[in-house]
Amino acid sequence: MKELREYTMARVGLGRAGSSLATGEVLAFQLAHAQARDAVYCELDVPGLQMACHDEGWQTLLLRSAAADRQTYLKRPDLGRRLAENTALQGSDADLCVVIADGLSALAANRHAVPLLRELLPLLPDWKLSAVCLLQQGRVAAGDEIAAAMRARMVLVLIGERPGLSSPDSLGAYLTWDPFPGRSDAERNCISNIHAAGLGYPEAARRLSALLSAARQQQLTGVMLKERLVLPAAG
Amino acid sequence: MSSFRATAAGKVYYFGNLKVLLAKASPLRSGDELAGVAAENATCRAAAQMALADVPLRVFLQEPLVPYDEDEVSRVIFDSHDAAAFAPVASMTVGEFRDFLLSEQATGEVLAALAPGILPEMAAAVSKLMRVQDLILVAAKIRVITKFRTTIGLPGRLSTRLQPNHPTDDPRGIIASVLDGLLLESGDAVIGINPVADQVDRVELLLRLLDRLRETYSIPMQSCVLAHITTQFEALQRGAPVDLVFQSIAGTEAANTSFGVNIQLLDEVHDAARGLRRGENIMYFETGQGSALSANAHHGMDQQTAEARAYGLARRYRPMLVNTVVGFIGPEYLFDGKQILRAGLEDHFCGKLLGLPMGCDVCYTNHAEADQDDMDTLLTLLGAAGVNYIMGVPGADDVMLNYQSTSFHDALYIRKLLGLRPAPEFEAWLATSQRQLPGMMALLA
Repeated sequence: MKELREYTMARVGLGRAGSSLATGEVLAFQLAHAQARDAVYCELDVPGLQMACHDEGWQTLLLRSAAADRQTYLKRPDLGRRLAENTALQGSDADLCVVIADGLSALAANRHAVPLLRELLPLLPDWKLSAVCLLQQGRVAAGDEIAAAMRARMVLVLIGERPGLSSPDSLGAYLTWDPFPGRSDAERNCISNIHAAGLGYPEAARRLSALLSAARQQQLTGVMLKERLVLPAAG
Repeated sequence: MSSFRATAAGKVYYFGNLKVLLAKASPLRSGDELAGVAAENATCRAAAQMALADVPLRVFLQEPLVPYDEDEVSRVIFDSHDAAAFAPVASMTVGEFRDFLLSEQATGEVLAALAPGILPEMAAAVSKLMRVQDLILVAAKIRVITKFRTTIGLPGRLSTRLQPNHPTDDPRGIIASVLDGLLLESGDAVIGINPVADQVDRVELLLRLLDRLRETYSIPMQSCVLAHITTQFEALQRGAPVDLVFQSIAGTEAANTSFGVNIQLLDEVHDAARGLRRGENIMYFETGQGSALSANAHHGMDQQTAEARAYGLARRYRPMLVNTVVGFIGPEYLFDGKQILRAGLEDHFCGKLLGLPMGCDVCYTNHAEADQDDMDTLLTLLGAAGVNYIMGVPGADDVMLNYQSTSFHDALYIRKLLGLRPAPEFEAWLATSQRQLPGMMALLA
């Protein structure tokens, strides 16, 4: 039944030993799970990201959430949504604050955040940008606190998504207008599934810049913006 | 409000009310820690369990955990309580109730008759005093049999929901997974698709696809597209072939509100689907510990008690299928394999004790401390406990929802190990399925 595989990426037509899975199938699954597990425990490559940003002429700012380590991060989502105590941030009055966070897959942030920004930022020539914030043990909502403290009008959080077996390095991009602590997820717009086998950088950048422009024009993000915005068809 | 206490290791522990007592008596899990309702330490938990064992069952009838006036799930639970069915255990404490459940006297028939008299909170309470082997032994006595085109829950049978999800709802991709599953003897509980997009056109298209498959090859099966209930209702009103009506539900009114449902809506759709006269038991519910907390709608209850209350709501509709999606919610609610395993067995036990046809989505996400070995363990224990059905996902990898459940091969394993068979109608059809396969492949053209 191998031909079934032509029609779906699902694991159909697998080899058998008796009624159980054949050795090769079991090992392939274990490898995929191992990659996903390693992605969860991968750390944000701060020196690498700093260097890549500085090469592009972008300033960086290093931040931590209130979750001290990965175990705490996994058990206490509320701490990952707040900044560590005594975090001091200065007002920037930027149009857009960009945050790169590890989320549930630092692998995704390490691989895809800077290449995506390289495609996106040239599409936003007249935007005043803050420094790129590198956030460790962060969740999406931490971007609200960062941007509010920096007095930015909008925040874009690029964050590693929960790794799947076929995509340990999928990046999500969350956009929030007028961010402040307490914003709900319904007030954000999201583009997800950014990785090699998913949404490519140019297309993701194109969709993000369309969303950003519409959000700035209509001064809102979330369900309302999604309903009002008819995105150009994917090329 | 009552107050409760127990002395453990020379110290007296006080528990201000029943809700607090239940939470502190609950075996450790991350969601209760996150909610701030868990016992401070292991000794406190043991003391709470001792205090809980001494609480008379009738106290649960006097002290609703969520006020009757504020919560429609509480109203359903209390209004549907059957005092006559409760009478045989009315004088027992929670601890005595556990002993009774394990006794020879508590046969499957006795427990089935008792079910309408048991409040969900009583089921949750007694489960907190039970070890894994108790949860298995008592649940295994109870058969809850439901019928549509197949009969689910018969002794010696184990069924599966074939879950052929596809990341873009591509009909051929879905059919490829369905065929793979049918060949591996999966799909006798339901073929149920989680659609990517909650749109009525999509739902109708997928329902018609499955109905054509069923009619062309005379498969004794039921289909379901697990969109929001309002979308399924719209499809039904358009004349789409709706077999089972699906909805996720939780144990408080506020949590259900966050799912966009209430009892009036569930009643309305249930009545409409029954009007189609396609089968007897027509509802399909999914639940899971932590859903009330994640909607900030737990009212200070521990997550296992809130979960049991969802079953109190489910039984109003005499559903065909109910399953907990036990490990889907993530490690902030059930941290590791140990917590997922216990929660799965608790949910199965509580559902069966309350008279529900319980299945289980034996599953985990990649950020939980769990792996396939943990799922094998839970699957094996649920098989021993007489679970009605499990999931059948190609290779255990749901490529749309991005989590790991049980595979077609896992179902074959547990059937082979424990001598279990598919639903009788489906088993009879399987004898012809190999012969029909070349024709079925034509669906992919």
